[in-house]
Amino acid sequence: MSEPIALKLTAKDFKSDQEVRWCPGCGDYAILAAVQQFMPELNIARENTVFVSGIGCSSRFPYYMNTYGMHSIHGRAPAIATGLSVSRPDLSVWVVTGDGDALSIGGNHLIHALRRNVNLKILLFNNRIYGLTKGQYSPTSEVGKITKSTPVGSADAPFNPLSLALGAEATFVGRTIDSDRKHLQSVLRAAAEHEGSAFVEIYQNCNIFNDGAFEQLKDPGTRDDYLIRLEHGQPITFGKDGQYCVVHPPRGFGLEVRETAATPAEEIVVHDATVADPAYAFALSRLPGFDLRNTPIGVFRSVRRPSYDSVVQEQLAEAKAKVTETPEQQLAGLLGSGDTWTIS
Amino acid sequence: MTKQIRQLDRVVIRFAGDSGDGMQLTGDRFTSETAQLGNDISTLPNFPAEIRAPAGTLPGVSSFQVHFADYDILTPGDAPNVLVAMNPAALKANLVDLPRGADIIVNTDEFTKRNLAKVGYASSPLDDDTLAGYAVHPVALTSMTIGALAELDVSKKDAERAKNMFALGLLSWMYSRPYESTLRFLERKFAKRPELVAANIAAFKAGWNFGETTEDFAVRYEIKPAKMPAGTYRNITGNAALSLGIVAAGVRSGLPVFLGAYPITPASDILHELSKHKRFGVTTMQAEDEIAAIGAALGASYGGALGVTTTSGPGVALKSETISLAVALELPLVIVDVQRAGPSTGMPTKTEQADLNMALFGRHGEAPVAVIAPKSPSDCFHAALEAARIALTYRTPVILLSDNYVANGSEPWLLPDVASLPDLRVEFATAPNGEDGTTFLPYLRDPQTLARPWAIPGTAGLEHRIGGLEKADKTGDISYDPANHDFMVRTRAARIEAIPVPDLEVEDPDGDARMLVLGWGSTYGPIGAACRALRQRGLPVAQAHLRHLAPMPANLGAVLRSYDRVVIPEMNLGQLAQVIRGRYLVDAIAYNQVRGLPFTAAELETMLEEVLKNV
Repeated sequence: MSEPIALKLTAKDFKSDQEVRWCPGCGDYAILAAVQQFMPELNIARENTVFVSGIGCSSRFPYYMNTYGMHSIHGRAPAIATGLSVSRPDLSVWVVTGDGDALSIGGNHLIHALRRNVNLKILLFNNRIYGLTKGQYSPTSEVGKITKSTPVGSADAPFNPLSLALGAEATFVGRTIDSDRKHLQSVLRAAAEHEGSAFVEIYQNCNIFNDGAFEQLKDPGTRDDYLIRLEHGQPITFGKDGQYCVVHPPRGFGLEVRETAATPAEEIVVHDATVADPAYAFALSRLPGFDLRNTPIGVFRSVRRPSYDSVVQEQLAEAKAKVTETPEQQLAGLLGSGDTWTIS
Repeated sequence: MTKQIRQLDRVVIRFAGDSGDGMQLTGDRFTSETAQLGNDISTLPNFPAEIRAPAGTLPGVSSFQVHFADYDILTPGDAPNVLVAMNPAALKANLVDLPRGADIIVNTDEFTKRNLAKVGYASSPLDDDTLAGYAVHPVALTSMTIGALAELDVSKKDAERAKNMFALGLLSWMYSRPYESTLRFLERKFAKRPELVAANIAAFKAGWNFGETTEDFAVRYEIKPAKMPAGTYRNITGNAALSLGIVAAGVRSGLPVFLGAYPITPASDILHELSKHKRFGVTTMQAEDEIAAIGAALGASYGGALGVTTTSGPGVALKSETISLAVALELPLVIVDVQRAGPSTGMPTKTEQADLNMALFGRHGEAPVAVIAPKSPSDCFHAALEAARIALTYRTPVILLSDNYVANGSEPWLLPDVASLPDLRVEFATAPNGEDGTTFLPYLRDPQTLARPWAIPGTAGLEHRIGGLEKADKTGDISYDPANHDFMVRTRAARIEAIPVPDLEVEDPDGDARMLVLGWGSTYGPIGAACRALRQRGLPVAQAHLRHLAPMPANLGAVLRSYDRVVIPEMNLGQLAQVIRGRYLVDAIAYNQVRGLPFTAAELETMLEEVLKNV
């Protein structure tokens, strides 16, 4: 096999000529810039990259990428992208969605894309609010949230997107934050390298309708004590001085946070995203409370399972390999199959 | 004993039994034998939605009607000449359709006190005068089958289940059918269980021999082959023909076919059939729901495949939003609606034509699409090709309106020469089309077809974004400009209206008719048979049948205005009639039935004769 040709693309190549129309200060700008800067790294030609989105603020994303793109309808991007990806395995297909788009109206398509392991990179911009419709609570809003549609507080329990994805048999699950470009790009890199569905939740600030939703994870004064930065092969410790750690209590089902000083080193969990049992990644996804303490970011899970695309393509290839006739001859044979009779 | 042989020109037989009695299979086999003989055929299966309704009950009755003749026929027949009733429920459920004088072959073994009570017979209809006026042939089908298999190594249950083959053997003898294909079929079907091959063949032969020896059947019938155009034929259902049409569209366009589908009666058989044809480059995906099914098909079309989705009315309702997206994106997409009786779950295994309004108008915004309806089972093949042709040439969603009657009915199909099928090759955009030579304008239209370029991902230099937001003419950029929106809405409507479709043909052999009967879709057969019957009686009547419902043929208005009376029979409450009245200001008479069953030719004949009196 020959070496791939270096395309020498730059961030500028991925900027479309369209004026970006998010609110000033929106977290989406930071994500767009990070993605545009990251894409050249993949060395995939722009024409072989497709961004498919649904409806919502984040779903305007494809208009700003100078690749192929489709801004579709609310919640349906994973379904449309599935048809594209399965029939065009040569393409790199990305889905951009939001918490309302992916988890509310499009929940069914998201879980089925994940369990099929379609070769899609799914970026879920989670701002815990409906922005484009001007501020209703979303399926990731905290209980009691006061919004335009819930003046005395929402009664709904929220989804934990990562727990949901893991329950849907996702093979790659990660989380990152809009404002941390370096980390965001590191998770995108891992997602892009993954064969099959890669689900990435990006905490994104809506400065108009839910400003500061993730502030503790960004404020230099608090973030180190709130964030757990997962690194493959490393013991999970966090805090400004590494004062906290994650352990698996002997009789517990999940993971817990302890004081590092009071914990024997061998009891500290060493992060391994390749653990086959999704219970581990699930336990990681359950660590944070709604006060955002103990929020892991990074790659939770990355395991190998044949993608839906590859299985479908193999079946097609196998069937076609047996063919010795032209398509027209095959068709004539098919039309005339079964019991036929001739009238002269 | 030598039996008398009598010639007939046509016969209608109905096989009726419990859902578990194998009546569909029996009917299928009889049809196949009949096809081999060269008769013209039309069939009508009728079965409950429940897979196994309680045994022996009226809701559990399943039937299969086959009409065969020595001339070309248009319908599966209004009323059976022969009823095979495998149990009291089958007799009771079907007797109402049977004209006096008809033959009834009953399985007497099932006429037990318990079975009679299940369907409300106080006494056995075989013993009272319920069947007076019919030619009743009591046959102990079950016990004779078990007796015939006594020497074979099969369980009593398996032996009892072979009774449908006994019935088939008897009927095959009565109508002098060739049975080699049935024996071959049984060998294939039970290839893994040789004892069942032997049992079913023995049951079939026992039925045949019983006919030959019993004195109850004194007459054997022959129906000469029909005069049909020369060529090779096969018997085909509408769903099978439609599936083959989609495969053919893939071959003739050179494009991969992608079918997104969610199981739904009566469309699932298309998914089953297409899933077998991967060697043609046909990908099938059983999606998580109807919306994902069309979404995936649209995604595949975006990528350069022929995207197809198959469903029934409830599924079209769910797909509506995506159809509108496809209208905005101007991408090829074929949506197959095998209509069934609605609203809601309605009667899933019964036929209706009540989705026409939904196909024409059932979307948000001004969202015109092309709509085509096949008129018979074999026509589904050509209608599918036509739907694909329009979708690919004009880059538009096309709704193909089949229905349960054509989907599950069957008729002989003269196999087309593959080379004679339409050439559906398309050209993808490969280079910038802007005046500056470098810009790509995704909404710059072909002046002939008004279609926009199909620029598929992977084409360097044509990267562009499309979406559901209104687009500026030519550039495809997001636009909220009032004049642009007005222009785009009108253009989307105009481009559908401008699709050239063949003129409407009128069948009026003597050219003196003053009344026109206009139909669409599966009513072609019964309307045609009624018109023939009227003409044979010297009553002039013209028939025209719409295949293209959107756009409609250019000459339709002129045709309608050239008759004193226009009658529109439909299996809905007058949906086409309303469109015709609204569009052409023609005072058409709507004749409507929504009984879940096709029209009978006789009722249409009676109705049309009444209308004629006032013309």
